Formats: sequence, structure tokens, C-alpha cells
Amino acid sequence: MKIVLNIWRQSTRSAKGAFERHELADVTEHMSFLEMLDVLNERLTAQGKEPVAFDHDCREGICGACGFMIDGQAHGPAVRTTVCQLHMRSFKDGDELCLEPFRAAAFPVVRDLMVDRSAFDRIVQAGGFISVNTGSAPEANSTPVGKDAADKAFDAAACIGCGACVASCPNASAMLFTSAKASHLGLLPHGLPERHDRAVRMVSQMDAEGFGHCSQHTECEAVCPKGIKVENIARLNRDYLFASLFHSPREGEADGGG
Amino acid sequence: MVLDSKIPSGAIETAWDRHRFSMKLVNPANRRKYTVIVVGSGLAGAAAAATLGEQGYNVLCYCFQDTPRRAHSIAAQGGINAAKNYQNDGDSIYRLFYDTVKGGDFRAREGNVYRLSQLSVNIIDQAVAQGVPFAREYGGLLANRSFGGAQVSRTFYARGQTGQQLLIGAYQALSRQIAAGRVKMFARTEMLDVVLVNGRAQGIVVRDLESGAISTAAADAVCLATGGYSNAFFLSTNAMGCNVTATWRAHRKGALFANPCFTQIHPTCIPASGAYQSKLTLMSESLRNDGRVWVPKNPADCAKSPKDIPEEDRDYYLERKYPSFGNLSPRDIASRAAKQVCDDGRGVGPAVEGARRGVYLDFADAIRRLGQKAISERYGNLFEMYERITGENPYETPMRMYPAPHYTMGGLWVDYNLESTIPGLFVAGEANFSDHGANRLGASALMQGLADGYFVLPFTLANYLAGVKAGAVTTSHPAFNDAATEVKASVQTLLSIKGSRTVDSFHRELGTLLWERCGMARNRAGLEDAIAKIPKIREEFWANVNVPGSGAELNQSLERAGRVADLLEFGELMCRDALAREESCGGHFREEHQDDGEAKRNDAEYSYAAAWEYAGAGKAPTLHKEPLTFNYVKPVTRSYK
Ligand SMILES: Cc1cc2nc3c(=O)[nH]c(=O)nc-3n(C[C@H](O)[C@H](O)[C@H](O)COP(=O)(O)OP(=O)(O)OC[C@H]3O[C@@H](n4cnc5c(N)ncnc54)[C@H](O)[C@@H]3O)c2cc1C
Ligand code: FES
Repeated sequence: MKIVLNIWRQSTRSAKGAFERHELADVTEHMSFLEMLDVLNERLTAQGKEPVAFDHDCREGICGACGFMIDGQAHGPAVRTTVCQLHMRSFKDGDELCLEPFRAAAFPVVRDLMVDRSAFDRIVQAGGFISVNTGSAPEANSTPVGKDAADKAFDAAACIGCGACVASCPNASAMLFTSAKASHLGLLPHGLPERHDRAVRMVSQMDAEGFGHCSQHTECEAVCPKGIKVENIARLNRDYLFASLFHSPREGEADGGG
Repeated sequence: MVLDSKIPSGAIETAWDRHRFSMKLVNPANRRKYTVIVVGSGLAGAAAAATLGEQGYNVLCYCFQDTPRRAHSIAAQGGINAAKNYQNDGDSIYRLFYDTVKGGDFRAREGNVYRLSQLSVNIIDQAVAQGVPFAREYGGLLANRSFGGAQVSRTFYARGQTGQQLLIGAYQALSRQIAAGRVKMFARTEMLDVVLVNGRAQGIVVRDLESGAISTAAADAVCLATGGYSNAFFLSTNAMGCNVTATWRAHRKGALFANPCFTQIHPTCIPASGAYQSKLTLMSESLRNDGRVWVPKNPADCAKSPKDIPEEDRDYYLERKYPSFGNLSPRDIASRAAKQVCDDGRGVGPAVEGARRGVYLDFADAIRRLGQKAISERYGNLFEMYERITGENPYETPMRMYPAPHYTMGGLWVDYNLESTIPGLFVAGEANFSDHGANRLGASALMQGLADGYFVLPFTLANYLAGVKAGAVTTSHPAFNDAATEVKASVQTLLSIKGSRTVDSFHRELGTLLWERCGMARNRAGLEDAIAKIPKIREEFWANVNVPGSGAELNQSLERAGRVADLLEFGELMCRDALAREESCGGHFREEHQDDGEAKRNDAEYSYAAAWEYAGAGKAPTLHKEPLTFNYVKPVTRSYK
């Protein structure tokens, strides 16, 4: 089938970007979306032009590296599917598509469809962990975890950190990402002692990174390739409120143990 | 060269304890004066960097992805082994040790494997304390399953995302150390060389993948945790970025490369659908618990719909050839059997470049017996994933599968301390060769990566550091400038060729050749042919590759070009190793050495680890042998008939 792509091209963070039009006449339905871009890139290279830059690695929907907007939708039209798992059978002959990087103040464009999501790393560094040094862990079965809590924690832990939630939020809020991590750890007995402290630290970092506030559009849940639920946001809001009312923050920076 | 494995003498059960006691410690107040470079943020690298940070060392950690959380370890599905014996089914450290040595077809070191089995239990404790959400029973305790044909249930798992959850656990521990200022993380940064001063590893040369800037970093020790080289085959289940560059460049600087021909081919992957195929997707081995593998008896039926092939015209070849293990035969055996039937012209599915390469994995019987609901509870997400990729519904039509390169047992040679033949250069995880011999058991790679990172390196590296002066070498030493200049020159050469072929076209050409000649089955003529052809591909690459753009910008073609250039050298070593090993063992099947289709090991002559020394560009490498002795597990023939 024939597919027309209007792709955002931008050579560096500070360069001015523009759309570039490419026609591909021989796309097959079994190709993945990224394989179609590979074919385009091979062609561009052969013509002495620069290929389109995009992040990707596992191509199995688990590493969270890939992600851009296809016609305004993060990861494209298929539900609960990253763009690396999207196949061309989701499109039809003659479709014209617009490919753009994730847009958010906290995600500067690095090149073409690639953005800088290191703000997510810094949110985790602010408190998205359990403070346990290697070697100090007790016997694993000494703390039973109810299946319900374990399952809910797991659902939240399935986040792949792709950033689709931010890109789809009208406020570019990172609440779904942040609350997924806070819920994953806070729901487990092992993560309980730091639960409130964690909420405050992660939310403060999120604000410092320039992400917007959550005004409950819930678009994030709709686009999340892993089905992370907005109930995590409610949980984080509760923890944050509780912490700001009753909890005395830990002094100084999170200490790294040891 | 004498390869000293440094395995402690005496009883294997107490060897690691005794060794730990004999190692030197670094005074806590002095630790921050020592700098350690960790290249890689997968399970092995992230665990090592986090733990060294906790201990108080100054750590510099590197990865080429945009964040450490995306290392290839994230893609592991099935699970991680540990000898907890929670199921009370007769498991023990000794049994895990025994299974791993036997599974490795008696080409691994007993001492290393025993330590791995011992440490397996600590890994689970550590991961759970970090918040890794392993599967649990209703009573709240941890669940297990049996994996890859093991007779005990010792595999811990987190739905189909065990690697992801373990890596996120290690990433969180790493993040905590980054926040504490003990680890400095460099993402989107690729290591392109090691720097040696007076024969010791003292630093690395890196390229910032966004700006293109090439710089150096100095340290008191360097650890490579850079993963495996399955992408030598071009198509594999590995992430697109996996490559051999870090270990290969260390090899060129003097680190011996061991058993490069030991590669694992996974039997159940989704077949390629066209010439544009960029990678292959693994489907969990657990599917073989309920799926039956078959192909048509008659090649003329191969183009038919499976529905139109009656029962009596189907060949359930695994059940026929291996009646006791049947569809659950080990990975290497199931893979080779699939290749054989496809070579016979009985493969199914669409023809790609002229050949049908696929076998059916059929759930019809299981659905009839257990009902669709039970099957969907067990494999629902896998079925969904299959349908997303192929557009076919496995509840209605059998899945199609074909083997694909998946894991590499070979890697840089290391001793018991995980130190390579370059003093101060340590190697962890899939990047080293240490624990799996000629074949790795399912759910044992995650175990090894984490054992190396959390529990071995932090001690053995400290022992090394205790013997050197902190900060003795800085980047002002001329060796750093020399190494950087060399890297810059080779980047410039790649960019200046501006020939007519793309990087990927060379990678595909090499991969196809290796897959045919050094894949599931190997023979002398084929290997000799590959050894003759690879230098020609290499020559053409350096004369005719087209790398667009410049070096002073984010340039993904340039990144791939550097990696393919190294694979083009490495591929030849793989074939040379395969040629030199005149026996069949584990994943290495030499057609000349078989008994009626079954691998024939030759313990009398080949019970050794083959460690290759680089002899210079275009020169044949030198083989060194580390003899293997088996004091506990007596070598026997693996038989699955
Ligand atoms: C699809 C799949 C499923 C699997 N399932 C299982 C399973 O169920 N159980 C199991 O035990 N094993 C499994 N494995 C194997 C296992 O996942 C890997 O062997 C293991 O995760 C490797 O970990 P590692 O830390 O050694 O390397 P990796 O996770 O590969 O990490 C390598 C790191 O090195 C970095 N790096 C590499 N080169 C450079 C360079 N030049 N410069 C800078 N950084 C560099 C990368 O950025 C990355 O951070 C599976 C493998 C695959 C492919
Ligand atoms: S490339 Fe890993 S999730 Fe898409």
C-alpha cells in the first residue's frame, strides 16, 4: 500500500524544525511502523540524505524508548500499543500521516522525533526507590504481601516510562508517571515507611522540572500503552495531602546509605 | 599464557566464603577516593554501580540508551532461578549447581557455578526488599514455576515481565545513589575504547551520542557490563542496540575472548515476515507446555491452510523423535529439529526470500481438553502479542514459530574474581563467559547478571582497589590523548568513505552468512567459507559504506556503523572458534560430530574454555586453553530421547 508521511525534522535542540513530506509506495501490512521508517531511512541514506532520528531499542513494547505522535495520538491509533508494536495493518492504502515528537516543555526535542525525557529519571532520583542497601535485605518470605496489594502494585509497576502520558496531557503533567511509581512502592509493605516522604519529594521534583498540573482530563490513561490507571493519581494526591498536613519531612537530601 | 582461574582450592561449598575472607578490604574512609567506571546499566551494571555507590566508592556509570532504565535486560520475560526450595520439591543449592553444570554441557567452571547457585537466594531477598513485585500466592508468599524443563519449581517471575521488574529494582537502587552523589550517570554515551596505562585498565574513551563530542574518563578500575552479541546475526531477539563494541575493543587491547561460538538459539520466536524484518520477537518457552509442534509430512501440503491438513498427514516431530520430553525438549534440540524439517522443505508460513521457515505450535488439543478460558488465563497476553504482530488469532489457527539467536554464552574471559586478562578490567553479566558453559538454562541469565553485580564484583573489585593507589592516573596521562585520537580518526574514516551501501546492508549480509554458517548447525566447509568471506565483506565495508551526516551531531547511522565494523571483525572470531572446536556441545552443533542426529561431545580433547588472544588486524588469533575439571558433577551424555 501507499503511505504518505509528514515528518517533523529538526537537526538540534535549538534548530528550527519543519515538516518534510515523504511518500512510500510499497508498504506491506505486516511491517511494523518502525520497520516502515527503517525502509524510509535506508532510502534516504541511499539518496545521500540524512535519515530520520527516532528512539527505539527493544521493539517489543517494554523498554519505553520509542514514542512519537501519529496524527496527534501518542504511539498512534492502536490501543495499549507502543509505536514499535504498531503494525501497518492498522492503516489503509493512501493514508497520509503526520509524525511529530512528544511535545512538552519538560521534554525538549533532541532531534527529529527524539526528545529528552531525563526529567523522569530525576523524578525517580528524588524518591522513587526503597532505601535498602545491598546485603541488608531480610529473607524474602518473611513479609507476606496480600495478593490484592501485590497485584495493584504490579499494575502500577508496569509503567515503561515512555512519556506518552505527558505528551497527551493538555497541561503536560507527569502525574500518571509519578503516581505510578509512588503507588507501586507505597502499596507494598516494604515501601510503606517512606511512602509520605516519597510523595512529597517526587511531586516537588515534578514541579521543578516544569511539568504542568493535573486537571483530570484522564487523556493519559487513554493513551498509556500499559494501561496505567488514573486511580494512582488519586492515591498520590491523598499521600501528598496527608504528608503536607501531618508529616515532618526528612532533613536534608535523601541519603544514599552505606 | 597461563590462564589462572583463581578458583579457591578445597571444598566447593565453602570456597566463596573462604575467598571472601582472604580478600582485602578498603577502609570506608578511603573509598570515596577510588573511582570505578561501570559501563552498562543492565542488571549487571546497574546492580554493580548501585552497590559500589552504597559502599562509598565514586562511580561513573555509562549507557547508550537515553536512560539507564531501558537496558536490554528489561525485555526478559520468563523469570529468574533461585534455590530457595520454597516449594519443598527437593531443590537445593547443590541441585541448581548440578543442573547448571549439566545444562551447560560440561563446559562451565564448577567453582563459578556453585557460587552462582549460592548467591541466587540472596538475589530474591534483595529484589523483594527493593519492591520488585514478584508473583505471589493467595497467602501472600512468593510463587514459583518450573521453567525450561527443570524438574523443580525454582523460577521466580513477575507476570511476563521479570526482566523489567528486576531492572527497575536495580535502576531505583542506582537512582538513589545518583541522588546521593555517589554515582554519576552518563546516558546516551557510548564507550569506544579502554585506556591502558602500564598494562592496567585506567579509563575509557566515550562519545556523547547527542553532541558527538569524544572525551575520556580515568578511574582506578573499569567494569564492562555491556551485554551479549546476538546481534552479530543481524536478526535476533535482542534489542536493536545490543552490540559487541565494548568487549571487542577491550579484546583488541589484550583481553582474551572466550568461547565466542557458544550462542543460544531460542526455539520459539515469531518467524520473519519479509525482507524488511528488523528483529525477531521471542514467545515465552512456557507455550510449549500446552502447544504441540508439527509440520506437514508432505512438502506439497506446506502451502495449504493448516485446517486442511488432516491429523494423519501431520508430523509431530518432537513427540516422534523425543518421546520422553516431546514438545518440552531443551532449547538447542528443539531448535535444530525445527531447522531440519524446514531444510527438508516442510516449513510453513509465507515464503520469505524463497523459503518457508516456520513450524506450527498448535493449541487446538489443549483448548479442547482445558477450554479456551483456561488457555487464555495461562497465555492470554502472549496470544495477544502474537496476534498484534502477525494478524493471526492463535485460538483459531496454530502459531508459527522459528528459532532465533537469543543469548550468547561466550564473552570476555574472566577469572573467579570476574577480572579479565587485563588487570583492573572486570566483566560482568552476559558480557563475560563465566557460568553457562555451552548452553544456558532458562531463567539463569538474570540470576547471573544480578549475582555478578550485587554480590560478586563489590567484593572482588574492592580487593583489587585495595592493592592500588587511589587516583594514581588522571586523563592528563598521554595514553588518554592517544586513545582518543585513535577513536576520533576511526570515526572520521567511517564518515569520509561516503560509498554506496548503507550500514544495515552490511550488517544483514554478515548476519545472514553467520546464521547459515555458524548458526544452529555448523560444519568445516561452511565455517571455512565464512572465514574466507567475512574479510571480503569487511574490506568492502571500509571502502564502500555510506554514513551520512557528520560526527558533531546525533548520528544514528554513525553509531550503527561503529558497531557493525566491530561485528565484522568479531564474526570471524566466532567462526574460527566454531571451527577449532571439533565436537558438538550445547548450542554448538558440528554436523561432523553426531550420533544419528544427537550431539557428540568430546571430553577427552575439548574439555576446556577456548580463550582467544588478539594478534593484530588481519592476523589469525592465538588460542589459549583453560582446562576444565569436574570434581563434583561427573560428565555424562545429555540424552532426551
Ligand atoms: C527477549 C529476551 C528474553 C529473555 N528472557 C530471559 C529470562 O526470562 N530469564 C533470564 O534469566 N534471562 C532472559 N534473557 C537473557 C537476559 O535478559 C540477558 O542475558 C541479561 O538481561 C543481560 O544483562 P546484562 O546486564 O548483562 O546486559 P544488558 O541488559 O544487555 O545491558 C547492557 C548495558 O550495557 C550498555 N552498553 C553496551 N555497550 C555499551 C557501550 N559501548 N557503551 C556504553 N554502554 C554500553 C547498554 O546501554 C546497557 O545499559 C532474555 C533475553 C531476551 C533477548
Ligand atoms: S522500542 Fe522498546 S518499547 Fe518500543
